[in-house]
Amino acid sequence: MKISSYPRNGKYGKFGGKFVPEILMEAVNELEVAYRQAKKDPDFQRQLGYYLADFVGRPTPLYFAENLTRKLGGAKIYLKREDLAHGGAHKINNTLGQVLLAKRMGKSRVIAETGAGQHGVATAIACAALGLDAEVYMGTEDCERQKLNVFRMKLLNAKVHPVDSGSKTLKDSINEAFRDWVTNLKSTYYLIGSTMGPHPYPMMVRDFQSVIGTEIKQQFKQKENRLPDALVACVGGGSNALGTFYPFEDDFDVKLYGIEAAGDGVETGRHAATLSKGHEGVFHGMYTYLLQDDNGQIRTTTSISAGLDYPGVGPEHAFLKTLKRANYVSATDKEAVNAFLILCKTEGILPALESSHALAHAIQLAPQMSKNQSIVVTLSGRGDKDVETIADFIGAKI
Amino acid sequence: MTAIKYVFENNRKNKKGCLIGYITAGDPTPDLTPKIVEALIHGGVDIIELGLPFSDPIADGPTIQAASLRALNAGTTPLKVLDIAKKIKTKHANVPIVIMTYYNPIFHLGIDKFLSTAKNHGVNGFIVPDLPIEEATDFKKAANTYCLDTIFLAAPSTSEARLTKIVDASSGFLYIVSHFGVTGVKSAIDDSTLQLIQRIKPFTANKVPLAVGFGISQPEHIQRVINAGADAAIVGSAFINIIQKTANTTTDMLNELEAAAKALKTAITLERQ
Repeated sequence: MKISSYPRNGKYGKFGGKFVPEILMEAVNELEVAYRQAKKDPDFQRQLGYYLADFVGRPTPLYFAENLTRKLGGAKIYLKREDLAHGGAHKINNTLGQVLLAKRMGKSRVIAETGAGQHGVATAIACAALGLDAEVYMGTEDCERQKLNVFRMKLLNAKVHPVDSGSKTLKDSINEAFRDWVTNLKSTYYLIGSTMGPHPYPMMVRDFQSVIGTEIKQQFKQKENRLPDALVACVGGGSNALGTFYPFEDDFDVKLYGIEAAGDGVETGRHAATLSKGHEGVFHGMYTYLLQDDNGQIRTTTSISAGLDYPGVGPEHAFLKTLKRANYVSATDKEAVNAFLILCKTEGILPALESSHALAHAIQLAPQMSKNQSIVVTLSGRGDKDVETIADFIGAKI
Repeated sequence: MTAIKYVFENNRKNKKGCLIGYITAGDPTPDLTPKIVEALIHGGVDIIELGLPFSDPIADGPTIQAASLRALNAGTTPLKVLDIAKKIKTKHANVPIVIMTYYNPIFHLGIDKFLSTAKNHGVNGFIVPDLPIEEATDFKKAANTYCLDTIFLAAPSTSEARLTKIVDASSGFLYIVSHFGVTGVKSAIDDSTLQLIQRIKPFTANKVPLAVGFGISQPEHIQRVINAGADAAIVGSAFINIIQKTANTTTDMLNELEAAAKALKTAITLERQ
């Protein structure tokens, strides 16, 4: 049975499902039906293809990082340049798909949660382009870390709701978005930004993001006339990683590496390495791995990167881990910042701090592989939003 | 006959509705919870819904969220909540206790361990708002083993097809979510809530009592939902607001809670019009 044939009945093996309050059950069922119809509708696909090409600028390049490859002296490193997508991250692939779907479903208002602000910005962009109202929930701590993105969302006509409950980060903004959704169910579309939440979100977001992996496959074939040896992507909720992995799930010669945020180090307890250190449980509508305490309370997480600072992970990643199809490892704040600096200097590219985690692992991996092998690293976003954080971390003044 | 069923039948015989009172266990401290519950019972609450606090209560509004956080900060754990239930039961053996919590704390401890401990401590049933019937097979099976009632929820958005299945899976009572939204005090009951009760009533008749919650805080709210055909009203955030307001003076807290419960109880025991 092909791995890529999942989900079945909304589940990836035992993971996934629809663990939502009764008030949302009909809504997620209705969404599933609407999505399946849209997916099969050539008009919908044509429309999405048009926006991805002419508005987002797809396909994004697959760039051979020659300088970095030479410096590391091992496998060739290719970068999938999602940082060059409109908005500066892969998030737009999903928001355009879902906003088109929301329109098709007759919804007038779109709500979203955001951590680093990239999904919020991508939601604001898609809504502005397609004429829907956008409201974005964002933890107050994240608003502080990502002031620039808050302002960008406002410029793009989105309303930003700062969330001051709990840990004031991504998980709390998701809680608030759910509360808004149950209150405004009829008018409102909840645009989840990662491969997480209740079915059909993990499947739908994966499908919209799999344009990344599909392009990698074609572009790599053109350049090397074969499949890459390894794919490396960072994992918070897991959407850029699944978008990268999904078209390769049944190509067993291609190694898949998902890189989580180790924060101060997984041994310190201050991290966001859910698959590496978490336990199975139910949260935000899904059965998956979670960072939780001995009483099943969800833990707060630590990472320099707001986009990876989440105590859960998409259920398909939990499935791939259990199957041992993908390897999940982690990179610390320090390793990520180091990788960020290396890429700036060697290639003239500022990667997002999230993507820098993937890069950190690729930098370790490449020297262990031979020169005729290749690694594709998904650069999920650009790092302009992170320069203040980087300056703080290395003690520089702007 | 389960304890919950007995309470409903008894009230029905007297043509009266039931009052279900929710509080978050451990708010403001685990030690105070049994006294708070006692005040509610003295005020006339028929069934106690004991909230087992969860870090991320997505079906709850700001009042219960804050109460959950206070309870967790006061060191409340799932097993402590079950101990609290036991303590309440030693003095009020006939008052049913249902635990309301999210699925993860139950799952994490282990469904069987959690439910067997709950049963041993005198708990009568469970409300788990993020566990819809489709995902509840294992839970329901274990609950049946220990003769614990499984109280599922129905909402304004619930279709008739699912309603039938939800009623079949429910025992003790069916929990009607009164409106589109989260828990919390509202100033008035919408007409749509009354229409919802009338829509659902034929599905529950002779099967399971119908209790209405979310946004019910005042005697006139209760009269309206009972007159519309509900068998019980659930009040939570209104009690928690009192607990929060009087957190510094326990006597005031207990007196006010008892008085509030009494006023609600008076409304619910009026003969149906």
